This record gives sequence, C-alpha cells and structure tokens, in this order.
Amino acid sequence: MAKLLQQFAGMENGVTMNTSAAQGSPDIQFDQASKRYGDVLAVDNMSLSIERGEFFSFLGPSGCGKTTSLRMIAGFEQPSEGDVSIGGVSMLGVPPHQRPVNMVFQHYALFPHMSVAENIGYGLRQRAPRPAASDIDRQVDEALEMVQMTGYGPRRAWELSGGQQQRVALARALINRPTVLLLDEPLAALDRKLRRDMQIELQTLQRDVGITFVLVTHDQEEALSMSDRICIMRDGQVVQSGSPRELYDQPASVYVADFVGKSNFISGKVNTVNGDAITVVNQHGHPFAGVPSGGAAALTVGSDVSVAVRPEVIVLGAHNSSAADMDTDVAVNGRIKNRIFLGEHTEYLVDADGLGDVLVLSPKHVESTRGTFEPGGTVAIGWKNDTALVLEDK
Amino acid sequence: MANENNRSGLLTGALLAPATAWFLIMLIMPLIVVAIFSFGERSPVGGYVASFTFDQYANLPSRFAAFRNTLTFAPFGTLASLLIAYPLAYFLAVKVSARWKLLLLVLVIVPFWTSLLIRTYAWIFILGGKGIPAMLAFIGIDDVRLINTPFAVMVGIIYGYLPLMVFPIYVSLDKLDKRLLEASSDLGGTPFRSFLQITLPLSMPGMATGCMLVFILLMGEFLIPAFLGGGKIFFVGNALVDLFLQSRNWPFGSAVAIMLVIVMLITVTLYMRLTVGKSTGRDESLM
Repeated sequence: MAKLLQQFAGMENGVTMNTSAAQGSPDIQFDQASKRYGDVLAVDNMSLSIERGEFFSFLGPSGCGKTTSLRMIAGFEQPSEGDVSIGGVSMLGVPPHQRPVNMVFQHYALFPHMSVAENIGYGLRQRAPRPAASDIDRQVDEALEMVQMTGYGPRRAWELSGGQQQRVALARALINRPTVLLLDEPLAALDRKLRRDMQIELQTLQRDVGITFVLVTHDQEEALSMSDRICIMRDGQVVQSGSPRELYDQPASVYVADFVGKSNFISGKVNTVNGDAITVVNQHGHPFAGVPSGGAAALTVGSDVSVAVRPEVIVLGAHNSSAADMDTDVAVNGRIKNRIFLGEHTEYLVDADGLGDVLVLSPKHVESTRGTFEPGGTVAIGWKNDTALVLEDK
Repeated sequence: MANENNRSGLLTGALLAPATAWFLIMLIMPLIVVAIFSFGERSPVGGYVASFTFDQYANLPSRFAAFRNTLTFAPFGTLASLLIAYPLAYFLAVKVSARWKLLLLVLVIVPFWTSLLIRTYAWIFILGGKGIPAMLAFIGIDDVRLINTPFAVMVGIIYGYLPLMVFPIYVSLDKLDKRLLEASSDLGGTPFRSFLQITLPLSMPGMATGCMLVFILLMGEFLIPAFLGGGKIFFVGNALVDLFLQSRNWPFGSAVAIMLVIVMLITVTLYMRLTVGKSTGRDESLM
C-alpha cells in the first residue's frame, strides 16, 4: 500500500514525497482578506500563509470565520476585500471548478444517485479531454485501495457507514491530485473511537501523499493531534498561529490558553516587571510570580493580566506543606472538591484558599508513590514560578 | 402479546375501513357496472338493455379519432408542460430569494381559486377573433386564426395543468442539497455540467410525479378540447360526454370507457417501468 501511495502522490503533478524539502514556498496566501455578509464581518483583514506540504488547521468556535476562510480557498466565497492566492496565483474571480484544490465536505456530500465508484471518478469525468473509461476505472480502483475500500465500487453511498463514507469522500477528492486538500470538519459526524482512528489515518495519508491539508475544526484535541500548524480564530480574526506545541506552551492570550488545553487563571494587575520575572497581585492582594508568554505582547506595570497555570504543572502535597516541602515556588492550602480517575492521570478539583477552583492533573506514577487524596480532604497545592505564564486579559 | 397483536390488528382494520369502503363503493362498483353495461345493448329510447354481445367493442374503431387525439395530446401536452414548468420551478426553488418565494408560489396557485371552466372560457375570448388575432391585425398581421385549432387546445392544456407540474418539481429542487452542487463544482464540474449531472437526475422524482399527475388527468380531459377545439378536436372524454349525455348510448359509451381504462393501464405501466427503472436514489420514489 505504501508503494501505491508513493505512486499516487508522486505521479504526474510532481509533488515530492519529501515534504520538508518542498516546504518554504507558500501554497496558500491570505492577503488582507475580508469577507462581509451585510453588516457581519465573517473574516476580518486576514493575512496568513500556509506552506506547501503542511497540515494546517483553522481552529475556533462556531462563527469565528474558520469555515468562511476555507470556503474562500475553495472558491465558494470571494473575499469582499483583499486577496487569496494559491501557489502564487491570485484566485480573485476564479470559480471553484477552475481551482487546483479539492474539498472533503462536512457530512461528505456524496452524490446519492451514483455508486461509490461513480462518486470517486466524478472529478476525472469533468476533465477536458475526458480520460478513457478504462483509465478512469483503473484510477478509481487505485483510489479505493488507497482508502482501504477495495471492492466497494458498485455500492451506493448510503449503504456505507459514516467512516466508509468519509473514506469515499477522501478518495473522491484525492483522485484529482489537488495541490491542496481542504477538510471541513471531516470527523465531526463520527463516533469517538472512529474519530481517533481516522485522525491517525488522515495524518498518515497526508504524510504519504505529501500535499497541503487544510483542516477546519472546532475540536482542539483534533487540531492539536493532527496539525503541523494551527491558526486560532475568534470573531473573524486570527488570534494566534503556530505549532501545537507553541500554542500550548506559549499562548499569546488568555483566549488561546483557555482554548488549547485546560488552564487555571489567576487574574490581577502587573506589580513589577523585571526582565522575564513578573509579579502580579491578585484581587486579594496576594502576589504571584510568572514569566511572560512568548507569543504575548510586552507587559506594563498596572495592566490587567492573568496568570495561567496548566493543571499538569501543579503539585499536590499534604496540608500545610511549604513550598520547599513540595519543591515548588508557591504553596497554597485547599480542600479537594472532586476527583476523576482518567487512567493515565487523576484529575483533582481543589478549592484553593483565595484562588477558588483549581484544576490539578496528577500523573499515575506520582499517584502510586504518594497515594491518592480523598475528596473532602485538605491538601496543599504548589507550582514553580517559571511554569506560570503571565497573559494579557483580552 | 397475542392479545395486543389482535388489538393493533383491529385498530388497523378500523382505520382502513373508510378508505376501503370508499374504494369499493366509489371506484370498484361503478367500474363493474360500466363493464357489465359494455356488453349490453342500447334500448331504442336510449339507456341500457341487458344482453351479452361484443358489438360495442367491435364498434370501437368508429371512435378511433378520439383515441388518437387523446393519445397525442396527452403525452405531448405533458411534455410541453414539463418543458415550461421545469425552468419555472427551478427559478422558484433555486434563484428566488426566500422573501419573494412565498409570494411567487402563491401566484402559481392563484388560478386554482377560480374554476377551470371559467378560466378556459376566458381563453375563448383571448384566442378568439377579438383577442390576440385582433391585436396582431392591429400591427399588420392579418387573418390569424387561433381559436378552434390544435394550438388553442395545447395552450389550454399547458395553462390548466402547469401548476400541477410546477409543484412536484419545485419540491424536489427545493430539497436538493446545495452542497452536492458545491461538491460538483469543487470536483471540476462547470455550472452547466453540474446541472446535467446532479440537479437534473436528482429532480427526476419530481418530474416523474408531475408527468404522472398531468398525463392521467389529460387522458380524461374533455373541457379544454370542447371549449378551445370547437368540436373539431375530439378527445375520448368528449366522446364519453357525447355518448352518455347526448345520444344516450350507454353500452357503447361503457365500451369506450373500458377501453380508455385499458389504454391508461398500459401507458401508465409502461411509464412506471421506464421511470422507476431509471430513478436510483434512496428516497426517490414515485408519488
């Protein structure tokens, strides 16, 4: 199968297998693109480039403009202002059927009056000159094999399960050898287990065919697990884009820190700024120290900020433990409100003195050596200052 | 359990009883009566005398013109209605904004608020000497005769039956998933090819339903040819009116009626075979 994929990816359109070598030239570029529907600004002055061979995701809640952005690449929407270019060529006024991209639609949009094979071969039949029937059949068979659906050609789309329809939709798009594959919430209709499998399959497929994948999703876990780079959107604007790791470790704002993974926030005002050491005083007058997040703007004394502490950097200790006891910089007493066993981790919800509810994620090996804490019991929590990120309130 | 089955069986029976009774009394019984009449003889004063003879059927060729006309105007009238209704339905379902849609749909229905008899009567004046021909004469085109021609009958048919064709097609186009067209376009289909490959096949059920409705009703039509054909274009329906009401030849009228039923069964069966064989979608069913 790997050989087939190589053949599939490498033939004819000259896309190389070595994606890293192909990277560096932007495949898709948004140049101050905006999309307006009446008074509503769905996409607001977006400038962004997506590299060739990259697995790129637009992530955000519904109505943030991510789907509109994708539809501007596909050509279903034209930007009201600015430009969208593919492979260096402006796509202004170019209708969808003339663009070198293909899309996997949400709910797949398979043609109900055609067989699986007819669906997959549809794109080839639209070409001028039209390829020979035997050629189309052969390519359809190859595409079916690529998505592990050999023998399903004569079936009707509605006879297939959700996961199978998903594969057919993928094959129908990829058979055209697009330079970019667009995916609009492709996994939303699948159940959890299948979604997990398809995530891995999509990722493998992307690496194998070596073309740019642009995914739209509202599921942060999906975006984090599959993408090379993620663009987080809110109200039509790009909030931050970067690798999953960057977004997780160096969020530019409270919004990103909250959207990507879980986080505890302590809001307050900047008290002192000393290089990378910032102190923040919360509403009760308690000082907390932290470091500025890489993606964030420079902070000034007196500005409203939040200190973000990831649940997994917080350590639990016996009640009244000092910071030194726990090998941390902060120590706060609290009471355990809830405990959820998650297998690899145990999640605690701690009502910490002066901080309110704090989420703590405790790994299995720590739990087994120090023992678990019971709900209702008292406890101390602590963390190191360099794991606390100071973010502007936005 | 058995008791429950029994009860639901009783309920089903009770619910179906009115329809069954209606079907038997209003449809099957008259049909049997007509079938019996068709083997009888006409009494000298008209009406029916019991007998068993095939004379009436042997006499059917004398009404050949009526059958020929019906079997010409019904399919061509259906086809013409389809060709005119489709663009209209497409416009209403796809192109018109939601705000105008309702108003335009109501305009399609409005003619039904008046009797077809009155509306067809109006066409006599429109197509008659003082209507369109007078206007044409005004701009210098003289001696155009429209009324009492096959053209007039066709105009009447299209006018009267268009809404019956528009609605089923409108419904099938309206529920068509627009994303399928986006998918087609995304895969390289030009707008015209997308229409041919996606819109047209997926609106087949609507077209089939509309054609069936119009065709069946046209087979029994008598008002339009009587008014606009001026007695020159005779449908089977007109023959029946004539035989039952004017010449009071009930047995021969019954034979003509039975023949019409047979012709209809054959044509509709053929039609069903043709369209059902072609429609392939999951929720594509006739009527």
